[in-house]
Amino acid sequence: MISHAFLQNYWWLIISLLAGLLVFLMFVQGGQSFIFSLPHNDMQRKMLVNALGRKWEFTFTTLVTFGGAFFASFPLFYATSFGGAYWVWMTILFSFIIQAVAYQFRSKPSNVYGTSVFDTFLFINGCLGPFLLGVAVATFFTGSDFSLDLFNRVTWGTGWHGLEALVNPVNLLLGFAVLLLARVLGLMYLYNTIDDRDLGASIDRALVRNAIPFLVFFLAFTACLFLGKGYRADSDTGEVTLVKYLYLHNLISNLFTLILFLSGVVLVLVSLWLGTIRHSVKAIWYGGIGTVAVVMALFFIAGYGETAFYPSSSSPGSSLTLAKASSSQFTLKTMMYVSFIIPFVVAYIWYAWRSLNRKRINTEEMEGEDHTY
Amino acid sequence: MIENIDLSLVNWSRAQFALTAIYHWLFVPLTLGLSFILAFMESIYVRTGDEIWKKMTKFWMTLFGINFAIGVATGLILEFEFGTNWSNYSWFVGDIFGAPLAVEGILAFFMESTFVAVMFFGWNKVGKKFHLASTWLVAIGANLSALWILVANSWMENPVGMVFNADTARNEMNSFRDVVLNPVAIDKFTHTVTSGFVLASVFVTGISAWFLLRHREEILAKKSIFIAGIFGLVSSLAVAITGDRSARTIAQVQPVKFAAMEALYDGKSEAGLTVIGVLTDSDDRIGEKKVHDVKMKIMIPKLLSIMTTGEGSGYVPGLKDLVNGNPEKGILSVREMMERGRYARQVLTDYKMAKEIGDDASVASLGAKFQEQDFINNYFRYFGYSFFDHPWQVIPSVPVTFYSFRIMVALGFFFILLFVLAIFFQRRDKLERHRWFLWISLISVPLAYLASESGWIVTEMGRQPWIIQNLMPVSVAVSNISTGAVQTTFILFAVLFTALLIAEVSIMSRQIKNGPKH
Repeated sequence: MISHAFLQNYWWLIISLLAGLLVFLMFVQGGQSFIFSLPHNDMQRKMLVNALGRKWEFTFTTLVTFGGAFFASFPLFYATSFGGAYWVWMTILFSFIIQAVAYQFRSKPSNVYGTSVFDTFLFINGCLGPFLLGVAVATFFTGSDFSLDLFNRVTWGTGWHGLEALVNPVNLLLGFAVLLLARVLGLMYLYNTIDDRDLGASIDRALVRNAIPFLVFFLAFTACLFLGKGYRADSDTGEVTLVKYLYLHNLISNLFTLILFLSGVVLVLVSLWLGTIRHSVKAIWYGGIGTVAVVMALFFIAGYGETAFYPSSSSPGSSLTLAKASSSQFTLKTMMYVSFIIPFVVAYIWYAWRSLNRKRINTEEMEGEDHTY
Repeated sequence: MIENIDLSLVNWSRAQFALTAIYHWLFVPLTLGLSFILAFMESIYVRTGDEIWKKMTKFWMTLFGINFAIGVATGLILEFEFGTNWSNYSWFVGDIFGAPLAVEGILAFFMESTFVAVMFFGWNKVGKKFHLASTWLVAIGANLSALWILVANSWMENPVGMVFNADTARNEMNSFRDVVLNPVAIDKFTHTVTSGFVLASVFVTGISAWFLLRHREEILAKKSIFIAGIFGLVSSLAVAITGDRSARTIAQVQPVKFAAMEALYDGKSEAGLTVIGVLTDSDDRIGEKKVHDVKMKIMIPKLLSIMTTGEGSGYVPGLKDLVNGNPEKGILSVREMMERGRYARQVLTDYKMAKEIGDDASVASLGAKFQEQDFINNYFRYFGYSFFDHPWQVIPSVPVTFYSFRIMVALGFFFILLFVLAIFFQRRDKLERHRWFLWISLISVPLAYLASESGWIVTEMGRQPWIIQNLMPVSVAVSNISTGAVQTTFILFAVLFTALLIAEVSIMSRQIKNGPKH
């Protein structure tokens, strides 16, 4: 008999994996944020957009699946966060609507608003998407102002409905770190995918300019995280209290999490070295795998152990733990069987990706291809 | 909190969800059907090697791509709006409702989005067979995606496969099989996807007719009309059959919606089906709801009784029976259901309070009630009714439901005729000679959208005031946010969706005018 606690942990693992993949795939957003600054001419912009445009659906689908999986496995989080932090999530969603159409519409004749408007949509999504998702995830550690009643109905403490997270410096640190990471990964992906010497040189320069502030923001966030207080949930009484070094304790008390975090950080550093010093097209893969590992480790730190993964800063008793927020044992078990298909999904995505990326994008392809963005 | 819910918040939240759903459904049915038409065309190309079929596939694929992106974007919003605008609902039934959404993402959406990239960009990069397989997988993925979201939607119409857990104060799934094989889900899936096939077939027929009217791309147009005609005819017959099944199921599980569809106020035996009619206000009322008379009606005698009970003499309850009760027919009044629901809700509140203060004796005695069949079947099943103030509040908008239903059905039969004629004229090579038919085909394109949206209006407006039939009214499900916030996002979405729709129609029109690349 598989226990309810095991299933809750299993589903947090799946959520963590999806979160890691989502942050990695936000290289699409990171790349979009360069749409006005990196290309020197329309052809370079076309190559940039087409390189990213062949992957935007992966990010989008991962976001949808992330939402669906959270809904199915931890519905109380879904209800609390989405129904409470209304403005943050709505702004994120808004930025994704305009992205979805921008690729298809930007270069089509009679698109009414002109290419530059759709390119601006891509830029807005490229900046806002990763930044706000970073801020939203940071509240897993810093807490939000909400309370739940007897029937688990949420009341948000401020009329800002999530936007108040933007005045917390720690949230901003993670927001900017995720944005800069997406930009770094975006540059690595473009370097990997586009065969253009001039654009390649621009990417090289931009990579250095973004990698350094990324490291600064990431280190500052991890310092705040590990040296600050965390929301500990007592497994016996359910009482939630602020405890110093909780997240550092969660990191080092679980060997797997520690190894995952450290190996992820090392891989990201290797990718930066490969990208900036060696100018290697393989940097994206090291950076991507490292990103998935670090994000998963951060989610493990937030959710596993005696920790509230979605804490309430104003009503600690309302904080969400995996046990409190999860679906029933039956649902989690049923969903676990469904999740066994994930390796198969990853395999066919990998196969399709490789089939399309065998040849790097160049000027000739852009001029000869039937279907370009 | 529930007692103080601002109705304008509920209405604006409904309006926002309806806006998103209506826009979403402008794009999705074309994706569902056109993906299969592309797969048929490309299959013929791979089998015959005839370049005309490749040209056709690529032309319709361009239109598919323009349409696809907005469907995806609006779909994302719908999924998250359950959380942002209906958070109480999300918690109350997330244990059941979330599962199909997650399965949709893992099983179907990834398939669709992965292979759509191969379909668009793989022509010169992958082999013919892999490309064809990708096109088929896009079609299968898109329709699988529809399956899971419709399973979720159907559960809201007919909640099955679950048990109430008093400790968590929510419904929890106890049979995934029952959720997936819910009779409403089977009817709704088959009816909805085949209606998408019909819409896409009308679209292809209409655009092809335009080419013929302009004496352009005649080979492409005739071959397209042939494929769309056959696909459309088979699908529209399936729509009629599944629609009939769906109506019978609604009569069983949502009798109030069924009575509203027929504007049937007084129950009767040997009830006829109203084919056409005009609703006029009468002096009669049920509470504050107006009662409508059906004038100028054409009826098929006894058909409604046959559909509902299987017998021509069968009794079909009207809205008055369903609201005021009819002891003779074993129908409980809504007021009685409200009373029983209030009792069940009070037991739940007492149970939660006893747990809160640690009153173990009360916890044990009250908790035991949730295991008793008498309490579950005679009281807790009416839990949702406890939130109403007046019995008449369970009646949906009769005119909206009545007329939407008739628009949908009439157009459905019209499309059958359209496809029969399309195949007939195409096989005799007489399409160009019947310019009236080409014009009708072209004009039918917006009618297909009207029929499709009308179907959803029947479904969603007809089940009001419930978000989950008999369990949860919309007023209880809404998130606790300010009306102003929802009004703002409603306006933002309305402006954005409309602006994008204008762009889409403009781009689509231009691509059609340009025709296929030579």
